[in-house]
Amino acid sequence: AVVSTQSTGHNMMKSHCKGVTNGFPLKLSSTKVDVKEVEFNADFITRMLDRLEWGALVEAARQLGVGDSLPEMAPEEGGDEELLRSVHHVLLEVEVTEGELECPETGRRFPIRNGIPDMRLNEEE
Amino acid sequence: SSGINAEYGGCAMLGAGHVTALEVDPDAIEDLAGNLEEYEMDNVDVVQCDVTAPSSFKEGVFDTAIMNPPFGTKNNEGIDMVFLDRALELCRGSVYSFHKSSTREFITRRMESRGYHVTVLAEMKFSIPQMYKMHRKKEVLVDVDFIRVARER
Repeated sequence: AVVSTQSTGHNMMKSHCKGVTNGFPLKLSSTKVDVKEVEFNADFITRMLDRLEWGALVEAARQLGVGDSLPEMAPEEGGDEELLRSVHHVLLEVEVTEGELECPETGRRFPIRNGIPDMRLNEEE
Repeated sequence: SSGINAEYGGCAMLGAGHVTALEVDPDAIEDLAGNLEEYEMDNVDVVQCDVTAPSSFKEGVFDTAIMNPPFGTKNNEGIDMVFLDRALELCRGSVYSFHKSSTREFITRRMESRGYHVTVLAEMKFSIPQMYKMHRKKEVLVDVDFIRVARER
């Protein structure tokens, strides 16, 4: 699918449910995952590494079934090409087309349909 | 909605590493998804959310934002400011946006009082189609500024 929810999105998002103190990260679950080929850009991945929350990335990777490809601890200094390519794969090539994002505190689930998460809340929420 | 597609698609075509499109309207999303598919653009994520509600995104996660916010109507004044504030919250860098030229002074004062620097990059006219029965003309031309709100001079 062209439209997708990737780990990049998951790493940037948090719950906005009322009363939540720490809504990050959302729990990611998937019923349909697509893998596609995306051109590798080492510079882009290196810059992304700086701003990624590593723990959330590893957790998302596990949810997508590719958790083994990443080390538990964040790489200290940038990373060698093998690591960058692993990060590239998880970030840009593995996508959730059907699934859910769940608020870690309230359990409120936000559906992902056709790769697009619907984060809309009702008034009361 | 074609304006929205042009921004998201345009960014991705002009070399942005990764684009996230924030849109609440299901029809606009459908149009956008169709365009992304047609032009085989794979570096655009779409998230359906209401940017006037508490944010689904952490602060400062984006480098920059480009947007075309609603201008606000009799019952919805100030909504363009809500969009601008949210964009500044989510971005670490500059925000590019369209606003009615008639609000230029107000926006500039408001942003500069918070330490931002406003530049009018272009002036143009938008054609707004007749939306309400009380509008006498079929369409109206509105003076619009394309502005940059930056964190440093």
